[in-house]
Amino acid sequence: MTELTKLTLKAAIDGLKAKTFSSTELTNAFIGAIETANPALNAYVETTFDKARTQAAASDAKLAKGEGGALEGAPLGIKDLYCTAGVRTTACSGILENFVPTYESTVTQNLWDQGAVMLGKLNMDEFAMGSSNETSKWGNVVNPWKSRGSNAELTPGGSSGGSAAAVAADLCLAATASDTGGSIRQPAAFTGTVGIKPTYGRCSRYGMVAFASSLDQAGPITKNVEDAAIMLQAMCSHDVKDSTSLDLAIPDFSSFIGKSVRGLRIGIPDEYRLDGIPAEIDALWEQGIAWLKDAGAEIVRISLPHTKYALPCYYIIAPAEASSNLARYDGMRFGHRTDAAQSLTDVYELSRSEGFGKEVKRRIMIGTYVLSAGFYDAYYVKALKVRRRIAEDFTKAFEACDVILTPATPSAAFDLGDQAKAADPVQMYLNDVFTVTTNLAGLPGLSVPAGLDSQGLPLGLQVIGKALDEGTVLNIASVLEKAAGFSAKPSKWW
Amino acid sequence: MAIDVATVKKVASLSRLRESDERLQSLAGELNGILGWIEQLNEVDVSGVEPMTTAIEMPQPMREDVVTDGDKVREIVANAPKTVDGFFIVPKVVE
Repeated sequence: MTELTKLTLKAAIDGLKAKTFSSTELTNAFIGAIETANPALNAYVETTFDKARTQAAASDAKLAKGEGGALEGAPLGIKDLYCTAGVRTTACSGILENFVPTYESTVTQNLWDQGAVMLGKLNMDEFAMGSSNETSKWGNVVNPWKSRGSNAELTPGGSSGGSAAAVAADLCLAATASDTGGSIRQPAAFTGTVGIKPTYGRCSRYGMVAFASSLDQAGPITKNVEDAAIMLQAMCSHDVKDSTSLDLAIPDFSSFIGKSVRGLRIGIPDEYRLDGIPAEIDALWEQGIAWLKDAGAEIVRISLPHTKYALPCYYIIAPAEASSNLARYDGMRFGHRTDAAQSLTDVYELSRSEGFGKEVKRRIMIGTYVLSAGFYDAYYVKALKVRRRIAEDFTKAFEACDVILTPATPSAAFDLGDQAKAADPVQMYLNDVFTVTTNLAGLPGLSVPAGLDSQGLPLGLQVIGKALDEGTVLNIASVLEKAAGFSAKPSKWW
Repeated sequence: MAIDVATVKKVASLSRLRESDERLQSLAGELNGILGWIEQLNEVDVSGVEPMTTAIEMPQPMREDVVTDGDKVREIVANAPKTVDGFFIVPKVVE
């Protein structure tokens, strides 16, 4: 039955509908795979196998009658950022070590309403703050991929490292993830999977543990582009519980898969050619351009002049919002409370210092500093103005093109415990150099695996679309996917 | 705008975080590194630019002014560190 785990989401849904296999068989295959792999990969921080078996049995009853939703019987992994009623949700932080939500996030509720089965909660950087999964309270995830001829453990990327590793290692059909600066797309690129962050507001943020609310957006990590369309369709909805949720019709995303791209204009931004980027990544970008040209698309040079300011801008706005969002963890109503307090201030300070990890504390302090009296205008307001400049760059560029093609990441997956990145936070932050601009502008972005580097590690290309135009993004990505013929999988060492 | 250890200590206190003196020392270095890198934003001409506070411009939605929720005492205190009879038990705040 292990072969069942290798199916795409689409193939599994079709197989379930055709009764080629049951959801119970499929679910048990994944449970077996997780039990074998998780001690080595650490992708799941909590498994919910009993719940999964119950949901699978209910799905089988529906499928037997020819009923069921779009994801009926499909076993999924859920990033630990999503509140799941009755199932511990920690955002991989010590401060939420024992938090068991009494309510369900809208995105996960949408999935259960469509018949999905929950296998468990997936590892991530603490509060989604990180690019290597090393800030998780529960230890890092290990990338299923290894460099050719090397046994060194690599990062799966972050913050959705558990989601990416679980999909790459066939430990779920697809996974939920979230993206504040690149947390879906960078891990997808590092693991040979597909990840899409939709337009800000497409998915409800209700019940997602907040990091930076004006940037946070849900999205899936999947085995291919068609699966991404299916998952995104199920996750998106208008939700009155999130005032930033968009009350707009959601197109049929799957209908864009494989459509002709003839005549579409592909923007290639000059500013994404960075010094010090490996030649292989530049070459892959050129290859992507050639593939789209061959498919009949028109290639247009564009300029996004404020690109280099996106990351510093993000590292003001995101920590500022985080410092405010994370003020709720005060040791009173929920979350960790210290045992060592002598005074009220002690309770606050010690509970927070014991509960939060190093990177989260660092970002809270940056955020507090840039919002503090005397620095608010110089840092925070300035960043908000630069953010508009970055968004305007895109508006202008999209007058000349329909989508933008860029590399997804400035490198392939790097070693866990990378000393240079551990010593200098800015080096780690630079991972998001190609992805963070779309968060600031609120635009959809997708990473699709397009090739392997000389070490045998996957590399991704990023497709950026106009606001609300996930359809064209998925269309372009499906054409790139077909041209690349990317079918590599990590060799099983776990 | 270099940050010294005293400033880091003040920021930690504003953040309701308590860090060891040793950690404050290294945080000063880290924050200076990050803020130094951020200084490049000063190169951008933002005269006449309105701050951007939301990714997608849209009016604030209004909802009907009706009760939509309530009677959930058990759920609300379910994750509290200490409770008695549906109340939060918090540390003594007045000496």
